[in-house]
Amino acid sequence: MGKAAQIKYRLSQNNSVIILKKLFRMIGKYKIILGLSILFASVSVILQLYVPILFGSAIDEIIAAGRVDFTSMWGYLRQILVAVAASALASWGMSLLNNRMTYRIVQDLRAQAMRHIQVLPLSYLDRHSTGDIVSRIIADTGILSDGLLLGFTQLFSGIVTLVATLIFMFSKNFWITLMVIVLTPVSFLVAKFIASRSFRMFHRQSEARGRQTALIEEMIGNQKVVRAFGYEKRASDRFAAVNEELRQCSQQAVFYSSLTNPSTRFVNNVIYAGVALIGAFLIPGGALTVGGLSVLLSYANQYMKPFNDISSVVTEMQNALACAARIFDLLEQAPETPDADGKLETVRGEVDIRNVDFSYDKSRRLIENFNLHVQPGMRVAIVGPTGCGKTTLINLLMRFYDVDSGAIDVDGRAIPTLSRHALRSSFGMVLQDTWIKQGTVRDNICFGRPDAKDAEIIRAAREAHSWEFIERLPQGLDTVLHEDSISQGQKQLLCITRVMLCLPPMLILDEATSSIDTRTELQVQEAFDKLMQGRTSFVVAHRLSTVRNASLILVMRDGKVIEQGRHEELLAKGGFYSDLYNSQFQPS
Amino acid sequence: MKSLAVYLRRYRKESVLAPLFKLLEVVFDLLVPIVVAQMIDVGVENNDKPYILGCFLILLLMAAVGMGCSFTAQFFAAKASVGFAAALRQAMFDHVQTLSFTELDTLGSDTLITRLTDDVNQVQNGLNLGLRLLLRSPLIVFGAMLMAFTINVRCALVFAVAIPVLLAVTFTIMLVSIPLFKKAQAGLDRVTGLTRENLTGVRVIRAFCREAQSVSEFEVSNRTLTKLNEFVGRISALLNPLTYVLINLATVFLISNAAVQVNLGGMQQGQVVALYNYMLQIIVELIKLASLIITLNKSMACAERVAGVLQVKTSMAYPAESSDLADGDDAVQFQNVTFAYKGAGAPSLRNISFTVKKGQTVGIIGGTGSGKTTLVSLIPRFYDADAGRVLIDGQDVKSYTREALCEKIGVVQQKSVLFKGSIRDNLKWGDENAADGALWDALETAQAGDVVRDKPGQLDFKLEQGGKNLSGGQKQRLSIARALVKKPEILILDDSASALDFATDAALRKAIRGLGGGVTTFLVSQRIAGIRQADQILVLGNGSLAGCGTHEALMESCAIYREIYFSQFPEARAAYAQVGETPEGGKANG
Repeated sequence: MGKAAQIKYRLSQNNSVIILKKLFRMIGKYKIILGLSILFASVSVILQLYVPILFGSAIDEIIAAGRVDFTSMWGYLRQILVAVAASALASWGMSLLNNRMTYRIVQDLRAQAMRHIQVLPLSYLDRHSTGDIVSRIIADTGILSDGLLLGFTQLFSGIVTLVATLIFMFSKNFWITLMVIVLTPVSFLVAKFIASRSFRMFHRQSEARGRQTALIEEMIGNQKVVRAFGYEKRASDRFAAVNEELRQCSQQAVFYSSLTNPSTRFVNNVIYAGVALIGAFLIPGGALTVGGLSVLLSYANQYMKPFNDISSVVTEMQNALACAARIFDLLEQAPETPDADGKLETVRGEVDIRNVDFSYDKSRRLIENFNLHVQPGMRVAIVGPTGCGKTTLINLLMRFYDVDSGAIDVDGRAIPTLSRHALRSSFGMVLQDTWIKQGTVRDNICFGRPDAKDAEIIRAAREAHSWEFIERLPQGLDTVLHEDSISQGQKQLLCITRVMLCLPPMLILDEATSSIDTRTELQVQEAFDKLMQGRTSFVVAHRLSTVRNASLILVMRDGKVIEQGRHEELLAKGGFYSDLYNSQFQPS
Repeated sequence: MKSLAVYLRRYRKESVLAPLFKLLEVVFDLLVPIVVAQMIDVGVENNDKPYILGCFLILLLMAAVGMGCSFTAQFFAAKASVGFAAALRQAMFDHVQTLSFTELDTLGSDTLITRLTDDVNQVQNGLNLGLRLLLRSPLIVFGAMLMAFTINVRCALVFAVAIPVLLAVTFTIMLVSIPLFKKAQAGLDRVTGLTRENLTGVRVIRAFCREAQSVSEFEVSNRTLTKLNEFVGRISALLNPLTYVLINLATVFLISNAAVQVNLGGMQQGQVVALYNYMLQIIVELIKLASLIITLNKSMACAERVAGVLQVKTSMAYPAESSDLADGDDAVQFQNVTFAYKGAGAPSLRNISFTVKKGQTVGIIGGTGSGKTTLVSLIPRFYDADAGRVLIDGQDVKSYTREALCEKIGVVQQKSVLFKGSIRDNLKWGDENAADGALWDALETAQAGDVVRDKPGQLDFKLEQGGKNLSGGQKQRLSIARALVKKPEILILDDSASALDFATDAALRKAIRGLGGGVTTFLVSQRIAGIRQADQILVLGNGSLAGCGTHEALMESCAIYREIYFSQFPEARAAYAQVGETPEGGKANG
C-alpha cells in the first residue's frame, strides 16, 4: 500500500538518457565497485541456479535398493558444497559492495547539495519551499540510490537468472521448457488484470483517506477550539461518516490487491502440475530422468521470480530517475555571482544608495529610483505598511539580493567589489523570524564568535536581558534547545544576544523586538541604544515608539520613500507618518 | 495492547475464518510433493499413464481449491483488519473528544494526528498480514517437517535439526539489526534536521559568515549516518548467504541420508524428490516469515502507541447535572486561585483573587508569559485550579456540567482558527441552529459584516483549510463573530484583535460594549489602548495579581501598570515626571 501512496514522477525518454549520462559521470569513482557488484551478482545467480541441477544429478544416482552409486553421488554433493559456498560468498560480497556504493553516493550527493545550498542565490531558496528542498536532499537521494543503483544490480541479476534458467531448463528438456515459456504470460496477464482493477480502488481509498486526514488535522489539530465550542459530538459524527466511507473503500482495495498472490500462485501451480505430467510421461521413454524432473519442478517453482523482479525494478528505476532529475535540478542551479575579494579595513559606516531599482518578480515593480545617503553613526528608521519594501532594503544592504540597477556603496566602495563575507560581517543583523539552531544556548549565542569566553557571553546576555531566563534553564548555557523549548520572545532575546556578542560596526534590526512585551522591549531598547552609539544602524519597526530617537526616519510606501526626516519634523508635517503615529496611540 | 482486542471482537468470526482458510490452502500446498512422488514412484515406475493423468488432475483440483481457500481467507482478513482499524480510529477520535486541555497539552496534537493516521494504518497492515500469513509460514515450515516424518523418519531428523538452526540464525540477525536500524533512523533524522536548519536559517548563516562551519557540521552527521548504515548493512547482508548455506548443507545431509535409505530399500526415488521439494518450500517460507516478523514488529510498536492514547484518561470529572443555579450579582469570582501547568516547575498563577460583576468589562494586561491566557482559561474550566476556587454566577465551576459551562461562555482564542467549509458552517460552530439573521448580527458586532458582504456567495463563501484564503485580521473578526453567535453570558477575547488596525479595534470594542443582555466581557491585551476604558483592569506580573482597578486608579497605585503605560506612551513619562501627577496621555491622546 505504501507504493500506491508514493508519488510517481514521469520523465520523457529523452530526458532519461540525459540524466543517466549525468549519473554515470557522477558515480565515476564507484565504477569499479559497480562492475564488481554485477560480476558477483552473476556468479552468485548462476551458481544458485546450477545447484538444483547438481542435486538432480545426485538424485539420479539414487535409483533403487542396491542401485545407489555412492561414489558419483558423493562427487555431486561435494560439487554442491563448493558451489553453495562460492555463491554465498559472492552474494555476500555483492551486498557489501552495494552497501558501500549506495551509501557513499548518497553521502556524496547530500554533501554536495549542502555545499551548493550555501552558494545558491536567495532568490532560488526563497522561491522554493524548505520542505521541497529537504525532500530533494533527503528523500530523493535515498530513492535514487536504492532504486537506481540497487535496481541496476537487481535488473542485471534478474536477466542473468532468466537466461540461465532457460538454458538450464532447455538442457534438461525442450518441450517442458517450451510449455513453461508459453504459459508464462498468463500469470502476467492475471497480475496485470488485478493490478488495474485494484488501482481504481486504491485511488478511491486514497481520496477517502485524504478527506479523513484533513478532518483529523482540522479537528484534532484544533481540539481546544472544538472543546471551547462544545463541538465534540458534531465532530465525532462528521468523523464517523468519513470513517465509514474509508472503511468501505479500504476493504475493497485491500481485498482486491491481495488477490494477486493467490492468483499467480494458482497459475504457477497449474504450470507445476503440467511439468510433472509431461515429465512423468517422458521419463519411461528415457527423454528425462527423475533427477531431471526434480530440477525442472524446482525451476517451475521459482521461474516467476525473475519476471516479477524485473518488472518491479523497472518501475522503481523510472521513479528513481525522476528523483535524480530533481536532485540534478538543484545541483545545477547557477550559484551566486562570483565573489569579489575587496576587504573593508576599519568600517566607518557610511552608506550610499543611489538610483536603486529592484523587484523580486520582474513583472511587478517594487523599489524604484531609491536614494539614501547615510553618514557614519546615523540611526535610520524605516517605517511603513506591510509589503512596502522595508525588508527588501535589508536584503539589498546585505547583498542577499543584487540590485537591478543603481549602486550601493559602503565607505565609498561599491558593494559588488567587496567580498560577501567582508560586507556581511560589517553588519550585525537581527530579524523578526527568529532562527534558533538545534544545539545548546551557548552554540546559539556564539554563532558569530565561536571562540567567545563564558564571561563575554554572560555580559552580552545581561545586556540583551536574556540572562534572566537563561539562568533559569535546567542546564543554563548548556541547555539543548529545540524548536519549542523556549517562547518566541525568548528566542528573539537570544538572537539579540547573538549580535550583542559580536559588536559589529553596523546594525540591522528588522522588527527585532516584535515578540517581546513592551516593558522588556524598553529595557532591550536601552541596550540597543548603547550599542548603536556611534554605529550606523538600520531599524525596521512596527511600533513607532521604538523609532522616535532615529536620526532619520524613512516612511516607505509601495517601494518609495514618501517622507523622510526626524520624528518631530514628520509629526509637524502632518502627513502619512503623523497619521500612522497618531492612529497607533488613539485611545477609544 | 490487549486493550485493542476489544475492537476486533466484532470481527471475531472473520479473524478465526481467515487463518482457518489459509490453513486449508497450506494443506493443499503440502500435499503437492506427495502427489508428485506418487506420480514418479507408482505412475512412472509402472508406466501407468491413466494413473499419472489422475495425479495431474488431482494437482489441478488442489490448485483450484487452494486458490478458492486463499481468496476466502483474503476476504475475511481484509474485512476484519479494515473493520478493526475503522473501529479503532473512531474510538480514538471519540476518546480525544473527552480529553481535557491538560491531556491535550501533554500529548500534543501532532502526536495525536500521527497516531490516528499513520499508526492506525500500520496496525491495520500488520493485522491483515498477520491474519493471512502468520499462520501460513510456520504451518508450511512445520507441516513440511511433519510430512517428511511420514515419508522417512531418519531423513526427517535432518529437518528437525535444520529448522531450529535456521530460525535461530534468522532471529539472531534480526534482533541484532533492529536496534541498529533505529539508530540509523535517528542519524537520518539528524541529517534531515540539519538540512532544514540550513535552509530556514540561510540569512542568519550568511549574515554571520558561517557557511563553511555549517557545511562541516553537516558533513560530520552525514558521515556518521553513512557509517551506521554501512554497519547495519554488513550485518543484515549476512542473512541471505547464511540461510542459503545452511539450507543447502541440510539438503546435502538429507540426500546422503536418503541414498543410504534407498540403498537399503527403505525408501523410493520419488520420495527423495518429495523430501527435496519440502526442503525448498521451507527456505522460501522462512524468508517470508522473517520479513513478516519485521512488519509485525513495527505494527506492534504502533499498536502500543495507539493503546497509549486510549489509556490516557481525562483528569477532569463533570457532574451529571448542574447544581441549582444561584443567581447572584457576581458573574465571575476567583478565590485565592493558584495554578501550575502539568510538568512545569513554577505555578503560572499565584493566589489570584478578584470579583467581576455581571455586565462588567474586564481588561487583563501584563508582560509575555505573565499568565494572562492562563487566567482566562480557568473560567471555562479548560484547566482546574490547583488551589482556590473559581466561581461562576456564585457557583463553583466544577458544579456545572460540561454542556452548561460551554453554553455560558464564549472564548475567542489567541490564534484564530477557522475550518474548511462555508462561512455559515464556521459561524454555526457557535450555535447549530442559528438563523442567518443571527449570524449577520454577530458579524456586524465583530466588524466583519463588510468582509463577508465582499465575498462571492457571502455566507456561502467557502473557506479553505485553516481559513487560508482570508487575511489575519479577517480571520480574527470571523472567529470573534463565531463566539458571538453563541450569545454567551461571558465573553472572553484573548488578545484576539491583535491583527486589526486601530480604528477597527476601537469600533469592535464599542460594538461589544453595546451588546445587550449584560454580557460580561474579558479583554486580554498587550495594548493599554485596548483596555484602558474597562470597568476593571487586572495587571499580571509573573503570575501574580500586581494590581486591580480602573486605569486612573492603577496609574496611581500600580508601578508595573505605569511602566507598561509609559513604554507605550513615552511622551507621557516626561509629563508625569514634570507634573508628578496622573497624566492624561498628553499629545498621544489627541
